Amino acid sequence: MSQAATGVAPALAWRSPWLAAWALMLAATLGLWLGKDLWPWVVKYPRGWVVPLKGWIGDFMKWLINDFDLGLFTFKEFTRGIAWVLEWPQWLAKGLLAKGFKIPTGEDAFWLTPTLSWLGLVVVLSLLAYRIKDRTLALLIGFCFLYLAVFGQWDSAMITLSSIMVAVPLGVAGGLALGIQGYRSPRFERAITPVLDLMQTVPVFAYLVPILFLFGFGPVAAMIATMIYATPPMVRVTLLALKTVPEEIKEFGRMAGCSRRQMTWKVLVPAARPTLMVGVNQVIMLSLNMVIIASMIGAGGLGHDVLASLRRLAIGEGLEAGIAITLLAIALDRLSQAFAVTSPAGRHGQEGKGFVARHPYLIFALAVLLGATLLGLVVPGLRDYPEAGQVTTGPFWNDLVRWININFFDQFEAVKTFLLLNLMIPFKRFLLQMPWTAVVAIVALAGLQLGGWRLALLTACLVAFIALTGNWEKAMITVYLCGISVVFASLIGTPIGIWAARNDRVHKVVQVAIDTIQTLPSFVYLMPVVMLFRVGDFSAMIAVIAYAIPPSVRYTDHGIRKIPPALIEAARTSGCTRRQVLWKVQLPLALPEIMLGVNQTIMFALSMLVITALVGTRDLGQEVYIALTKADTGRGIVAGVCVAFIAITADRLIGAWARRRKQQLGLE
Amino acid sequence: MSDNNARDPDGGERSVKLACEAVWKVFGPGAEAFLAEHGGQVGDELLASAGLIGAVRDASLDVYEGEIFVIMGLSGSGKSTLVRCMSRLIEPTAGRVVFEGQDLLAASEKEMIEIRRHRMGMVFQHFALLPHLTVLGNVAFPLEVQGVGRAAREKRALEVIELVGLQGREAYYPRELSGGQQQRVGIARSLAVEPEIWFLDEPFSALDPLIRREMQDEFLRLQNVLHKTIVFITHDFDEAIRLADRIAIMNDGRIIQIGTPEDLVVNPATDYVAEFTHDVPRAKVLTAGSVMTAVDGVASQAMADVAGRVTADTRIEALAAEVVNADKPFLVIGANGQTLGLLTREAVLAVLVGGNRVR
Ligand SMILES: Nc1ncnc2c1ncn2[C@@H]1O[C@H](COP(=O)(O)OP(=O)(O)OP(=O)(O)O)[C@@H](O)[C@H]1O
Ligand SMILES: [Mg+2]
Repeated sequence: MSQAATGVAPALAWRSPWLAAWALMLAATLGLWLGKDLWPWVVKYPRGWVVPLKGWIGDFMKWLINDFDLGLFTFKEFTRGIAWVLEWPQWLAKGLLAKGFKIPTGEDAFWLTPTLSWLGLVVVLSLLAYRIKDRTLALLIGFCFLYLAVFGQWDSAMITLSSIMVAVPLGVAGGLALGIQGYRSPRFERAITPVLDLMQTVPVFAYLVPILFLFGFGPVAAMIATMIYATPPMVRVTLLALKTVPEEIKEFGRMAGCSRRQMTWKVLVPAARPTLMVGVNQVIMLSLNMVIIASMIGAGGLGHDVLASLRRLAIGEGLEAGIAITLLAIALDRLSQAFAVTSPAGRHGQEGKGFVARHPYLIFALAVLLGATLLGLVVPGLRDYPEAGQVTTGPFWNDLVRWININFFDQFEAVKTFLLLNLMIPFKRFLLQMPWTAVVAIVALAGLQLGGWRLALLTACLVAFIALTGNWEKAMITVYLCGISVVFASLIGTPIGIWAARNDRVHKVVQVAIDTIQTLPSFVYLMPVVMLFRVGDFSAMIAVIAYAIPPSVRYTDHGIRKIPPALIEAARTSGCTRRQVLWKVQLPLALPEIMLGVNQTIMFALSMLVITALVGTRDLGQEVYIALTKADTGRGIVAGVCVAFIAITADRLIGAWARRRKQQLGLE
Repeated sequence: MSDNNARDPDGGERSVKLACEAVWKVFGPGAEAFLAEHGGQVGDELLASAGLIGAVRDASLDVYEGEIFVIMGLSGSGKSTLVRCMSRLIEPTAGRVVFEGQDLLAASEKEMIEIRRHRMGMVFQHFALLPHLTVLGNVAFPLEVQGVGRAAREKRALEVIELVGLQGREAYYPRELSGGQQQRVGIARSLAVEPEIWFLDEPFSALDPLIRREMQDEFLRLQNVLHKTIVFITHDFDEAIRLADRIAIMNDGRIIQIGTPEDLVVNPATDYVAEFTHDVPRAKVLTAGSVMTAVDGVASQAMADVAGRVTADTRIEALAAEVVNADKPFLVIGANGQTLGLLTREAVLAVLVGGNRVR
């Protein structure tokens, strides 16, 4: 380097080697592509080199199930034993809410106990909402559960609710236990972090098959799958919550002479309760998100109804059941959030009173529930919602879709064809022709620049794994669909986020909107899309975009709002217009946060993409789904891990960039 | 005002409750080995170059039975770290902490729990109340941890709640109380187990000035009743001189000087200490004994012609009006009634007006 060059701009001098490296990389990629006839293996990973990992995993699974003997019993007996234990709480919940208990009254005869009265439950839940929050929440809860009754979803909803009621406490307890262990032992935390990463990024479909083998088809297997899916956030939230308990409170606990157990249960966990409740809320929401997928391995209930309608393309019925899941999700979400913020208060001067006097609501609620249920023995209308009063909007939706398809078919088709021909297919071709070696190298270089050689090594290995296991083409289709959807989602979400950040009224509306959208189970997005665009890549893309917009809005809004007001004032006083403030101050400073939003968008898109396999894509999601239908353990797991690796690669690269940028901006 | 600290006369035999001997706390990887290698004689540059932070350096002090020992210094000078070394909330890197003759650093985890449960109490700057418990629950908490039954611990808790003047608020939750009330709860809680030594880490710093003053008075009132051995942390010199029997001044982890408030004002060991004491109203700190003209310098016939007598440890603030308005000097006497010297009107005026030039 000459003296002049280094003197002029050190920043440029620092950047230029990277610029050169990227130019070189571009040239090399082009060279590799041109030389594809000379060395075909650099462009297309040869089939003969594929590591038969899925075969090995499949064999291992077979061995585990058929031959692995733990001495006293076999492994399969062991897992089935777990299933048997888990069946009991489910049996109890289901008996109470949905099916009743059979009480034998003689040979072959039995008396079926009544289930809890629908009216009683509606009243009691509304009352609970009123007790912990206010009338608005009570009305909302009442409305949600009345919908279930009026639209004939009650029985299915109670089956779903009973499995949620078992899965959530177990998931919360498990997550709490792991989180506490991780808090106590940093070694343990380091060990579980990558496992949690995998659990949260491997698509659910991938582990349905092994669970099916180990635990058998049925509600218990579904519950275990739900717990694997829903527990990781609880572990993370627990770790975070315990770590953020104020240092002084921990010191106080030690000064008071707490033993380790007292410290955990009397000081840390209660002090962290508000944050822990966020985790509980997450577990509930994720469990509900799993309802439909869980019904594939025998959960029954609302999920089963949606899936069955989706397969028959009975849009109306599917939509009603889908809305029922959504309302259930909204109701449980709002209830658990209300629980999180209420803390006992305003009961001064009640210490001396008896149990009944202290809990008037509880007593009253129990009385209502019991009374209505017993009355239901005589008045059938209290026990089951009368059929005459049921409403269905199914035919209306079916007609609406038919009408739209008749009248707007050409317009929809035109948009679809235009985008497919001019954007999607060319991009897909481009990705499919990229030499796999070049992609590995590019990812490695990006890792090197953003986070150093360790990141480079990690990301390169993750990407190479995909090629090695023979999933390259499908992965590229995943990347193409995901990439295009993320671009669209960000293009739509970011401006909305900016708007919300600069206008408080919009902010409020948008918050409510995305909160609601995020409680929709992902399957719900598929229905209208399939109705209007039928199956294929385009439908998949639309569904993914719709699903992935909220994080982009949220992070943009949050990122801009987080900028210290002093900086904005400084810009204003130096004469910036509102537009200049936005482009020269707010956006550059919020960019790291916005990129984290993009990162989240990618995660959302990938998880949705796997579900869109149901509408006929040809990507990794399809591979996972086929493996599910064929009960091919190895194939499903390997493809699932490939999806996870794509997610982790994107996450680490963007995360490293955002962290560095924040440090440069002095925001951390 | 001047006599509410119940000072011991100098030279009286007092037993040492808690002693720190050459205590070090160095944060950073490999601190212990580094310190052992350099034999406790580590300069600032050396520490910094090893990437270590010397939060407490070579601190030695004795806390006497029944006194209020104040540690003061600027933010980051290591006060909190030192006081946490005393209760072993933070493990010192080197040195000894001796509590009633027992080496705390040699105590097992179990012994430490016992000592903390029954013999130590601590009040925190940000109160550190448990948000999920009522006032009663918070105050009874240390007893609950010990396994005291509900009736007994609540009875005791009610006693201390009354002692700090919070009766009637037992069923409130911390967030329903003002800052001053919350710290009263913190104080009550730390007193519930009747500790032998009482640590207070900037207990009033988070309160606004009026409440702070009120709490200081309350604190002195409590101490008049309880006679605890107290280690009190503050970064406010006014607070220190109001409360302290003796003050240790810290800077950059080192203890610069230990002495009575008057010592620090009259004989500051370094410019740093002088800087601290610069703005202190002298009349609040100086006593008759340090301002008087000693016996041997006065003609004996002058001793007879006096307006009255004062004891040597009376603060100027308390007697200024009297002396200034009298036309004759006052006789200064010691604890046993022996004559020590004469306190003149001019000397008192000099203190009131002249600030720094006392001596
Ligand atoms: N856990 C820790 N790790 C590293 N450095 C620490 C740690 N705790 C304290 N320090 C450092 O030790 C020094 C002394 O801190 P300490 O909290 O004892 O100061 P302080 O006098 O109590 O200040 P303040 O008045 O702000 O409370 C500071 O420089 C601080 O940064
Ligand atoms: Mg401190």
